[in-house]
Amino acid sequence: MAIETKDPSLTVKLLLAWAWVGIPLAWGVWVTLNNALKLFQAPAP
Amino acid sequence: MAAFLDRSRSIAGPGFSRWLVPPAALCIHLCIGQAYAFSVFNKPLAQLLCAAQHACPPAAAKVISTTPGDWTIANLGWIFSLAIVFLGLSAAVFGRWVESAGPRAAMFASASLFCGGLIVASFGVNLHMLPLVFLGYGVIGGCGLGIGYISPVSTLIKWFPDRPGLATGTAIMGFGGGALIGAPLAVALMKYYSSPTSNGVAATMLTMGLIYFVFMMVGVLLVRVPAPGWKPAGYVAPVTSAHMITTRNVTATEAIKTPQFWLLWGVLFLNVTAGIGILGQASLMVQDMFAVTAVAAAGFVGLLSLFNMGGRIFWASMSDFMGRKKTYMIFFGLGAVLYFLIPWTKNIGSLGLFVLICCIILTMYGGGFATIPAYLRDMFGTVEVGAIHGRLLTAWSCAGVAGPVLVNYIRQYQIAHGVAKADAYSVTMIICAGLLVVGFICNYLVKPVGEGHYVADLAAGAKAAT
Repeated sequence: MAIETKDPSLTVKLLLAWAWVGIPLAWGVWVTLNNALKLFQAPAP
Repeated sequence: MAAFLDRSRSIAGPGFSRWLVPPAALCIHLCIGQAYAFSVFNKPLAQLLCAAQHACPPAAAKVISTTPGDWTIANLGWIFSLAIVFLGLSAAVFGRWVESAGPRAAMFASASLFCGGLIVASFGVNLHMLPLVFLGYGVIGGCGLGIGYISPVSTLIKWFPDRPGLATGTAIMGFGGGALIGAPLAVALMKYYSSPTSNGVAATMLTMGLIYFVFMMVGVLLVRVPAPGWKPAGYVAPVTSAHMITTRNVTATEAIKTPQFWLLWGVLFLNVTAGIGILGQASLMVQDMFAVTAVAAAGFVGLLSLFNMGGRIFWASMSDFMGRKKTYMIFFGLGAVLYFLIPWTKNIGSLGLFVLICCIILTMYGGGFATIPAYLRDMFGTVEVGAIHGRLLTAWSCAGVAGPVLVNYIRQYQIAHGVAKADAYSVTMIICAGLLVVGFICNYLVKPVGEGHYVADLAAGAKAAT
């Protein structure tokens, strides 16, 4: 499904809007994944 | 301000891209989804007085606080329960207002209530008044959750008539993702604000209220409703109803008189209750069954949150191709089998298989939330789908109470009767599987709505909605 826009300012607006929500979400996923890896690490002796 | 929030001021002009609406919806859902991470505050809230007196037990101790007057975890549990109950109630009560006022006013109300609730709760923490925390986060914040949860749904369905599952799944994925942001953000802020006499909870709640308000306002500014008669380029609306997708409309008042509404209420209630069977005891379960550390168990809970979030967009998008009824058949059919298999993974000592099964179950738990708006749209049309969705969310409130009761009491009962901790989960898992079998039957019984419930035409439906 193509995003129907030919207006450069609209493209910028779209990028900014998705970055506004995407960056915090990506940070949350990254932190969670790092914590989740501890499940598969051997416990300290 | 009132004029800016008016529905008529948020009608999209020419050249507006509908792909700006999902991020607008995510601005709301990523914030209100913080509710799923509220438990991160439980321990610090239970140590407010002992922290001030430097008298908290060490982290490894079984007791959280021995200081008289400190709140108990059991009492603190009511904050989240109240928030979920008021989520359902406010979504049901204000659903029609959300439809008529439009998404911009609804999102603004949600931001004001949710963030205002956080700020009131922070005062409650600062004054050490638990009823004020209940009022702030549970009641006021809970109303913000309910209005915010349904605010973008019908707008997204109208912008994406060709992919309603994908559109609503994206927004509701944000609610799952909110916990992934809310938990580490709260931990980081509490660390920043902690001092020798405070663990920083009040300041953290106040700061989060302010940050979230700014974040949610971007959604308020971005959101638009489509102009009357707007359709995506190349999209041809079906003229006649397909077997399970209507082209007509049922009002919210009429919808609750149909068996279809109550069957779908049962579908959501049972799916959520069974999901809480895993989520509500995930940390304890993996520690008791596989003897992993508390840190590893926290990692497991985080992994479940990721799959809960991913399942929302995956299953809701898939439902656009498979159909809603078949999607829920998979949730209930496959889910029941997987719940039965959980005790077996302990018997064979396979942690990997246990984690895999739980993660698949959690995708279907999230998928159940995310696919239901599109299912409602298929059954009842688009005119009042937000209001109908709001009323259906009372099922979530009920499951939010029934699920933990089912999980905690059955486990406690078994342990009290001599069952080993590691084996105490088997009965709960089998009951959860049974719930999913009942859900399968409810979903199987869903048929198209009877002729007498539809409004005469779309214009009448739109009039009834205002």
